[in-house]
Amino acid sequence: MPSSRFILNRIFLYAVAIALAVWTLAPLYLIALAAFSTKEAVFQWPKLFLPTAFSTETMAFFVGSTGVLDSVKNSIIVALVTVVASLILGAPGGYALARFRFRGKDAIQLGFLISKMFPTAILSVPLAIAFLQMDLYDTLWGVALMHTAMALPFVIIVTAGIFVGVPRDLEEAAQTLGCNRLQAFWRVVMPLTIPGLAAAAIFTFVLSWNEVFAATILTLRNRTLPAQVLSGLSGSPLYYRYAGGFFMILPAVVFIFAIRKYLLNMWGNIVR
Amino acid sequence: MNKRIYRIAMLAMLLTLLAACAPAPTPAPTAAPPTAAPTVAAPQALLFSSTQFNPVEEQEKMRTVILKDFTAAKVDFVVDPTEAPFMDRIIAEQKTGKITVGVIGALHGTFPNLVQANALEDLTALAAKLQSRSIVKEFMTLGKLGSDKQYYIPWMQATYIMVYNKKALPYLPAGANVDALTYAQFAEWGKNITTATKEKKLGLPAGPTGLMHRLTQGYLYPSYTGGLVTTYKSDDAVKMWTDVKAIWEQTNPQSTTYNNMQDALLSEEVWVTIDHTARVVNAFKNKPNDFLAAPAPAGPKGRYYMSVLAGLGIMKGTPNKAGAEALIDYLTQPVQQAATTREVNFYPVLETGLPADVPAHVKLELDGVVKQSKASDAKVALLPIGLGGKAGDFNKIQQDTLTRIVLKGEDIKKVLDEEGAKLNALMAELKAACWSPDPSSGDKPCQVK
Amino acid sequence: MRVRTESILPYSLLAPTLIFITLLIVVPIFQAFLLAFQTADGEFTLTQFEKMIADTSFADALKFTFLLLIFIVPAQVVLALVMALLIHTRFKGHTFFLYIYALPLAISDLAAGIVWLAIFTERGFLNSGLFQLGLLERPFLFLSYQNLPALFSTLIIAESWRATAIVMVILLAGLQVIPRDYFEAADVFGANTLKRTLFVVLPLLRPSLQNALIIRTIFAFQTFAVVLALAGRVIPVLTGEAYNWYALNRNANIAAAYSTLVLIFTVIATVVYFRLLRTSTAEAGFD
Repeated sequence: MPSSRFILNRIFLYAVAIALAVWTLAPLYLIALAAFSTKEAVFQWPKLFLPTAFSTETMAFFVGSTGVLDSVKNSIIVALVTVVASLILGAPGGYALARFRFRGKDAIQLGFLISKMFPTAILSVPLAIAFLQMDLYDTLWGVALMHTAMALPFVIIVTAGIFVGVPRDLEEAAQTLGCNRLQAFWRVVMPLTIPGLAAAAIFTFVLSWNEVFAATILTLRNRTLPAQVLSGLSGSPLYYRYAGGFFMILPAVVFIFAIRKYLLNMWGNIVR
Repeated sequence: MNKRIYRIAMLAMLLTLLAACAPAPTPAPTAAPPTAAPTVAAPQALLFSSTQFNPVEEQEKMRTVILKDFTAAKVDFVVDPTEAPFMDRIIAEQKTGKITVGVIGALHGTFPNLVQANALEDLTALAAKLQSRSIVKEFMTLGKLGSDKQYYIPWMQATYIMVYNKKALPYLPAGANVDALTYAQFAEWGKNITTATKEKKLGLPAGPTGLMHRLTQGYLYPSYTGGLVTTYKSDDAVKMWTDVKAIWEQTNPQSTTYNNMQDALLSEEVWVTIDHTARVVNAFKNKPNDFLAAPAPAGPKGRYYMSVLAGLGIMKGTPNKAGAEALIDYLTQPVQQAATTREVNFYPVLETGLPADVPAHVKLELDGVVKQSKASDAKVALLPIGLGGKAGDFNKIQQDTLTRIVLKGEDIKKVLDEEGAKLNALMAELKAACWSPDPSSGDKPCQVK
Repeated sequence: MRVRTESILPYSLLAPTLIFITLLIVVPIFQAFLLAFQTADGEFTLTQFEKMIADTSFADALKFTFLLLIFIVPAQVVLALVMALLIHTRFKGHTFFLYIYALPLAISDLAAGIVWLAIFTERGFLNSGLFQLGLLERPFLFLSYQNLPALFSTLIIAESWRATAIVMVILLAGLQVIPRDYFEAADVFGANTLKRTLFVVLPLLRPSLQNALIIRTIFAFQTFAVVLALAGRVIPVLTGEAYNWYALNRNANIAAAYSTLVLIFTVIATVVYFRLLRTSTAEAGFD
């Protein structure tokens, strides 16, 4: 029989949980409402909070306009390449940081951080020139390459955290049982880290999906969705901005849903 | 023994890594996605890079209506909302010599930057070929950017006008004619509205990408002082900023977030405004019965207005020069010029003038444009000339002056002295001569008096 | 024997990443960095920094950047801590709430700017709601330059909404390595639990807090889209000024000077966090 104190606590706990959920969801609901309203409703005063003026007109126009669907496809390709490349390149680095003590380790870690500290926007001219010289300009490979470089510090930090969480004893036990280091890693460490790596992968996907500066400067005809949205929306009427804003948020909702189970262990330490 | 195994393991790991990352740094051409076909491979392709037509609807009109009948090349119409990526790309292409851009569509003010980047073909021959087009001569001259070469061919024009909600009409000051207001009456109108509705319903485009500084340069300063640079800190200028402060008293304080006024008009946060024609047209389109256009107000020195000119240039070293020339030819034909007005609401650059058969919302706005240019006290202020790559620094001086005087309430004289000094330094550095309505400075740089 | 290979292995594992980041990020940063010390003709100079400091918006940008940091980061940490502690009680349905709290994680600042403008603008959702509830006679101007506290608050709210999720996820991961004895799900919100949280849980969370603070501060220095959307030029921030000088005024040198300043401040902030929340590196998630 639960005590009344326990019940009160529960009520309080759920009240706080629900309040925080409303705080998070309300803006998303409102932008959805605005994106699926008639043009008139967007400018109405006072605005209504129920979807009484439901309309897919502006959304349909936005999605149907030239380049939007292509840009969605481009964004997916770029994000997938980024995920694969950054994990293949970054996970070993994360493993190295998690398992070894070596000279220059702190400097390297700080270097990763510093590489994220300079505003990206003003790197565009040097980057565009380099990419033109490499014949990567206006290609999806080029954007993916850039996104990989931008995501790598993040991937290394996250994967290092994940590898730290795998008890070293396990790996050493495998080695004493005859595995070499690679085998030990592959057969023992990897399976344990798959959930964490999956979470990191999807999060990298989101990083790439939302990145706008590199995508804008490095592409012209092969734009990713944020670059397309930026070029099409800044001067557009409010209702198209709402439609575009919602269209960019929608995938986020899906991605986070896909990794909801791994959210608990993405930032390291799979101790349950 | 152990050592060898480690070496092999390491090698294997490295190989996997290298194999995996190989396609990224050096992709074979065949590995590129099919959409990434380079222009060089298909000679009929033509890249049209534009800073104009940011709104998604206008881009669609451009692609599906205006460019539809152009057959000489397959045009890719690409728009950049801010100048930065647009210019960066052109600079980068010029520096590496790997040119993809064909036609460049941009505002008059952008072309000096392009010349500085050495990115423009000389279009003097094309200009001669298009002579029978009767493109307005003054515009053709502007396209030379003060040189003897034709750097761009005029493409289309726009201007800034006043737009008001009909609900604001009852509050018009006694005896005032809405089509011939003065700035003082404009302020009084705002005051009447504020008194009656308890809301500040004038609006100005003072957001981060709004064009308020153009209103300062081409409307307020000339109308009050008869100049811009030479009169920057004159007594007339002090009077002007005093009046601007009075206008701001009645202006919706959220104006600092407005980049274009059409949304604020439609949501009725604002009833009366002055903005670029392309940035208010949507108000007429969505609620044609609510809004009317009128000339911008006049000051003591007349009703100055600014004509915004966009031009077409050709990227130096473009892979498809013939296609680019054909496209410029196409876009300056009377049919396409009329279509530009009809579909995307920019006005022709031809002597023949405005087309007759335009949709209702374009007509509503055009009425204001025509009234403005035909007003008895109407005078034209030119766009800044000879600022080269420093146009941004020039604009920033006007923006800072406004911010300091109006938003921060600093002393007008002090601000004008300080910003005027910056202006002098800039003009001296550029050795830029005065442009109309400032009196000619000969070959000396234009200086604040 | 083994020692030698061990000493090469970590470097070879890190090599691909290092090469990648060096070529694509460090070299361009260095090139841009040089711009801050050059005239337009490429000669060495410090005038770019002088011009930056003389810029009308500079003092404000400096002030507001730090003010925002001072208000937003603690707000986010407190909010994230409450969320993380809640989820950590593993109450029924906690995975559902975790999903919801984590949603803003994947929302770009571009989109967040659009969302919050729709809410805070004069005839936006917030005023509509207050009006319909009869709390307001006419719209209240949240985004007015004449009411800086209100405008500033909207920025804190919008940024707290957008970027609390990442702090929460990091703290949650940190909570999980703390032995469960410290928590008793049933009285997480009892008075003595508050004390327990402050004096027991927080110190144990130090490594995660350090990570969260560093990551948030780096991001906080970088983001300006939301600030630009809601406050225009009224509340300038350093990165926003770098962007304006670069994109609107087309002066890459002064933009580079601003960017260099952002870099310096971020490094200082990071070092301060390391000092204040000194932990053995083995505990830290970075490790």
